[in-house]
Amino acid sequence: MIDIIVFSLVGLGVIFAVIRLLKGPTPADRVVALDTFNIIVIGVIALLAYSFENSLYLDIAIVYAILAFIETIVFARYLEGNHGDC
Amino acid sequence: MEIVSYIFMIIGGLFYLLGGLGVLRMPDTFDRIQAGTKATTLGAFALLIGIGIANPDWLLKSFLIIIFIALANPIGSSALAKAAYKSCELPKNLVQDDLKELFGGEDNGSN
Amino acid sequence: MKYVATFLVLFTSYVLLAGFHVQELMLGALVSVILTIILAKLVNYTIDYRFPVKLLVFIFAYLPIFTWQLILSNIDVARRVLSPKIPLNPGFVKIKTDLKGDFAKLTLANSITLTPGTLSVDVKGEYLYVHTVDVKGKTPEENREFISAKFEKVLGGIFK
Repeated sequence: MIDIIVFSLVGLGVIFAVIRLLKGPTPADRVVALDTFNIIVIGVIALLAYSFENSLYLDIAIVYAILAFIETIVFARYLEGNHGDC
Repeated sequence: MEIVSYIFMIIGGLFYLLGGLGVLRMPDTFDRIQAGTKATTLGAFALLIGIGIANPDWLLKSFLIIIFIALANPIGSSALAKAAYKSCELPKNLVQDDLKELFGGEDNGSN
Repeated sequence: MKYVATFLVLFTSYVLLAGFHVQELMLGALVSVILTIILAKLVNYTIDYRFPVKLLVFIFAYLPIFTWQLILSNIDVARRVLSPKIPLNPGFVKIKTDLKGDFAKLTLANSITLTPGTLSVDVKGEYLYVHTVDVKGKTPEENREFISAKFEKVLGGIFK
């Protein structure tokens, strides 16, 4: 029961982040939305571990957290090289 | 004990929701970074602590994830803010801009 | 000394991730030795004998302040997000810091990012550049009072 409530709250958060990801006027906005999305997904994986009673999912959450961090840094480096005309 | 973990999980879910809503509603890039980072960080903390309390065997591992998120998430958002500043997406209503002296308005690509 | 520090960090992380079985401890020691030989020339930190004391001070003096500020900042974010007209007065400001050392500055920058209404953008020498939602002061000294003074007092005592 509790996991249904928490899953629906988290799912609404995912939906809002994805709307910003699709809509975002600039590339930086999209990357921000992607970063938020990744951290929410870490929580979702941990919740899956709770509702399946299986601690292997927590290891997956750790690996996902590391990959999400690397992804954010790589996108940030990429955007830094991308000078607009200001 | 179960009630405490439920409370933590619901708080975590609420802050995740708030993070998504903040990313959607804030008017410019830097405010989005702020809202997204802060709300999702606390959301992840509360959710993982709740899961750790529900299954005490997992407490150590969820604290590891918490430490990693506390270290990595602000670093990522700082890098992102720097990149957003350098790619010239400044908001219109800035009151003060001390960063200009560091990067300059013109193209100095290599920092 | 560098080798010992690297080995301890790697071995601790391995054991925390894998659990406390005898086989895991042996394999973890082996892997940590190999990785230490490869990685030790890339790192430049050391662990001295005061490290456990510092860690305890860090946990008991710094983490309560940090947690409280994190909760405050989330209430602040909630207020801004949920109010129909979002109140903003944004700007980039510069703060002077007295802390030396990379890890101290990293901790300070992370703390600033997670406190109400501020986001650290860059570090250059002894100045931190911060995006803030609500600009209060003009000069670096004034802004320091508003943004980072409460952390610097505690962190200055720990990282000396």
